[in-house]
Amino acid sequence: MEFIIEPLQYGFILRGLIGGLFTAAACATLSAFVVWRGMSFMGDALAHSVLPGIVVAYILGISLLWGALGAASFVVIGIGLISSKGNLREDTAIGVVFTGFFALGILMLSRVATFSDLSHILFGNILGVSTQDLIMMAVVTVIVIAGTFLSFKEIVTASFDPAHSTAIGLSPALVRYIVLIMLALTTVVAIQTVGVVLVLALLVTPGASASLVSRRLPSIIGLSLLLAGLATIIGFYVSFYIDLSSGPSIVLALTAEFLICILIRKIKLKNVKKPI
Amino acid sequence: MISSIFSRFGYGGVCNLPAESHSTALSCNNLYHRYPGNQADVLQNVSLEVQPGERVALVGPNGAGKSTLLKLILGIEKLERGNIVVYGHPATQCLHRVAIVPQRSTVDWNFPVTVRQVVMMGRFVHLGWFKRPGKIDHEAVDSAMETMEITNLADRQVGELSGGQQQRVMLARTLAHDADLMLLDEPLNHVDIKTQELIFHTLEKITVQDKKAVIVSTHDLGVLTVHFSRAIFLDKKIIADGTPKDVLTPDTIAKAYGFEFHKDYQPWNS
Repeated sequence: MEFIIEPLQYGFILRGLIGGLFTAAACATLSAFVVWRGMSFMGDALAHSVLPGIVVAYILGISLLWGALGAASFVVIGIGLISSKGNLREDTAIGVVFTGFFALGILMLSRVATFSDLSHILFGNILGVSTQDLIMMAVVTVIVIAGTFLSFKEIVTASFDPAHSTAIGLSPALVRYIVLIMLALTTVVAIQTVGVVLVLALLVTPGASASLVSRRLPSIIGLSLLLAGLATIIGFYVSFYIDLSSGPSIVLALTAEFLICILIRKIKLKNVKKPI
Repeated sequence: MISSIFSRFGYGGVCNLPAESHSTALSCNNLYHRYPGNQADVLQNVSLEVQPGERVALVGPNGAGKSTLLKLILGIEKLERGNIVVYGHPATQCLHRVAIVPQRSTVDWNFPVTVRQVVMMGRFVHLGWFKRPGKIDHEAVDSAMETMEITNLADRQVGELSGGQQQRVMLARTLAHDADLMLLDEPLNHVDIKTQELIFHTLEKITVQDKKAVIVSTHDLGVLTVHFSRAIFLDKKIIADGTPKDVLTPDTIAKAYGFEFHKDYQPWNS
């Protein structure tokens, strides 16, 4: 018991854990859609290309989250514009925009920040969560969960059958932007806990693991929440007691869960009698 | 309210455009369409009228513009030239009255949804943003699933079903939609005979009893005479239009498909 409570007596550690759990909740809620709508490349691109925004915020001395949010909006709109003209596929547009922004961010960062700042941005610093960050994380988490809940049937319809969706007047493009906005918000707050490079793990792995065990969207989302929360707690304590970086610890916990889910699936399939 | 801002696309808005009595179900006038970057029109001066109760086959080779025509009616493709009127009103204002069974390839069959969820999608046009399905919606879904004989599959994932079963789910969805004009884009591809018969039986029932209008695009000439009241041959423009027997001549087939049909062989006379 003491083992669990002891670290939480320090304010910054408690803030870190709560922040991590908020992030995990937002990521896990969207994870099922990232996996089944095939948006993982987009998630990765968003995470990397917010870097210049973070550096600008760092220079201006405002919360890094605002900078990241600004850059994320640019990236989403930029990718949308390039691919909607019909000349290039979306993944191509993502590739071009994402690498350009990330390279710009690295160069800007190398001018203004130290190596430890860089590693915090790239790999996350869960213990650096300020009260202001925490409020923002909470707001984003509420927006994402409420948004997903309220537009659930629309997201499912547009993902499954865009033609039907258009025919009933529900624009698949509108739905896409709703998902992208939630994805951008989530990515931005997740950078604080797991960093630019590893955000994708929180967005993809919980949904992928859950999809191995269940094929129903509500239970995939529920299970993703559970898995992401658990991995965050495990990663957090491991990083506290063994003095490891928090981001990679959380990601490895997620990966371990994924492997366990593969095992569960194997066992399940073995026990199911083959239909004649 | 937020929901009214989102609904300006027509989704979930109340359809307060009642059908004018005895009005034509569908009227297309002088439609032209060209895809961006293409040199030629895929539809050239297409005009046609469909009355309630008609069961129309839209026949033609691949690339003849069958799907394009259906997409224009639904507003999936933007109408550039000509006009389309559904039950007396501009097509895109009458979303409640038109439903589609899209081509199989445009649907993401792997997306995790159950049969019941897919059929319920037919009700969303009546619901709109933020509204949850009510009793009427559940009843419509149950009855549509019963008609298409998929009640026992209700909680299965659509991705696990056979092609024929999936097609029945899609037709059940358009039944739940309760549209007055139903468009089916190549519904017979990859479908077993039993499903094919069930589809035709259902279409016959809703056109004869409920006076709904149905347009089915197909390249299967064999089903025309038995199952349709009218056939329209399309190859960019309308080549022939009339009862299947009148239209299905070696001459029209040659015109539509660009090859000489064996003139002695007339399967519908044998």
